[in-house]
Amino acid sequence: MFTTKAKEQLALIILGSIAILTVAILVITLGYLLAKGLPSINWDFLSQSPRQMGRQGGVFPFILSTFYLTGVALVLAVPVGVGAAIYLAEYAKVGWLTAMVRFFTEILAGIPSIIFGLFGFIFFVIMLGFGWSLLSGGLTLALMILPTILRTAEEAIKTVPRSYREGSLALGATQGQTIWKAVLPSALPGILTGIILAVGRAVGETAAVLLTAGSSVLPPLGLLDSARSLSVHLYILAVEGISTEKAFATAVVLITLVLIINFTATKLVRRLTPQ
Amino acid sequence: MVGKIEIQNFNLWYGQFQALHQINMVIPAGQVTAFIGPSGCGKSTLLRTFNRMNDLCETVHLAGKVNLNGMNLYAPNVDVVELRRQVGMVFQKPNPFPMSIFDNIAYGPRVHGEKNKAALPEIVERSLRQAFLWDEVKDRLKEPALKLSGGQQQRLCIARVLAVNSEVLLMDEPCSALDPISTLKIEELIFELRPKYTIVIVTHNLQQAGRISDQTAFLLNGHLIEVGPTAALFENPQHQQTEDYITGRFG
Repeated sequence: MFTTKAKEQLALIILGSIAILTVAILVITLGYLLAKGLPSINWDFLSQSPRQMGRQGGVFPFILSTFYLTGVALVLAVPVGVGAAIYLAEYAKVGWLTAMVRFFTEILAGIPSIIFGLFGFIFFVIMLGFGWSLLSGGLTLALMILPTILRTAEEAIKTVPRSYREGSLALGATQGQTIWKAVLPSALPGILTGIILAVGRAVGETAAVLLTAGSSVLPPLGLLDSARSLSVHLYILAVEGISTEKAFATAVVLITLVLIINFTATKLVRRLTPQ
Repeated sequence: MVGKIEIQNFNLWYGQFQALHQINMVIPAGQVTAFIGPSGCGKSTLLRTFNRMNDLCETVHLAGKVNLNGMNLYAPNVDVVELRRQVGMVFQKPNPFPMSIFDNIAYGPRVHGEKNKAALPEIVERSLRQAFLWDEVKDRLKEPALKLSGGQQQRLCIARVLAVNSEVLLMDEPCSALDPISTLKIEELIFELRPKYTIVIVTHNLQQAGRISDQTAFLLNGHLIEVGPTAALFENPQHQQTEDYITGRFG
């Protein structure tokens, strides 16, 4: 028989080991990636176009394309998602409409990305005739990240204390002014957190982008040009066995990009959060 | 007696539950009226009818009349936004917005379309002076209002209402979250603001009602039991229930 104290210590050891294991897995993965990828990274890799399908040269157009695709997706999804969240949290009476919207948002959030890709391919690429393009890819990504943005924004708006709304309304502000000037500024950090999550998802998305934005190695010059994101490039390099070194180097660039975005956004969120 | 607010045969329900029964009373201009009574007696609900904050609760319906300056507040053509500018409200818990002291005070004038940017600092200073807060905050108007103490925050909330030139000031237990010294400052402030403003205050603190009000109304279970000059009501209550309450036999 163990004493209570011994049990306590055993539990502590097990939990501690699990925690260390988790960190270890992360460190090993990152370390391996960096060890394999860093040697191939230099200024030329970041600033040049690829040559021989990526065997030589750099990933500059793909960095650009990643930004463009994410940008298009955000421009489309943020206003719609935040607008819908404001409506659901502030205006909609609890009823079948809100229940429906919530139900479909949940479903949308659980759909595997390849299915979004397939839908985007059939609908945007072929039916609407946008072809493999930034527009098709951005639209598809927008659909994918919409639920995340909507739900986090709705939660953020709902957690704004009721007293802010009452205080504002009691001063004779309209409901619109109250939402715009008292509620949204307080909800902004939460809304931004949702957008960051969405950006992370969009930047890393491969299947849906491959099916809708294509894989042109040229930098896109317009919304209807095909574009290859970093993750698609990484996929092609690895699958077609073009260059393992370049694949790892691309992975390092991709991860760094995600980290930079997260880091900046977290700083921003912290600055916007009232003490 | 000419009333700033006149309540006639007023009833209010939350869904099936009747919270106010046949209330009739007059709130005189330029005086302090206190609502007293045990928790759940309807005094906050009655207060919230004067700026129609009860509208925010969907299940509320009502019957009867409440007149402000002789006009029925619940007439269909009443502009609720304009009404709430005239009838300001201070809440139980200080609720400054998470923005600077200056922006808190300027919030009201800004939403009411104060175009003249140069007028805002004047309005802010005047309102803060009126609320006896100016000397404590004049050097840190850009700091977040949430950094102020609870008592200062409550005076800020009063200043915020004064900045929109309200005529009536509703206070829903404004001192219940404050320490005795902050409470004293708010009471002094209420004293100063009269007779320029008509003040209605809900309070759990009978001594407070006795100190600051000209008229006191006692509510119980949604009924207005007694209303009269404060001194008379406390010294010579006309109803047994009033006497029981103010002598501490219940409540």
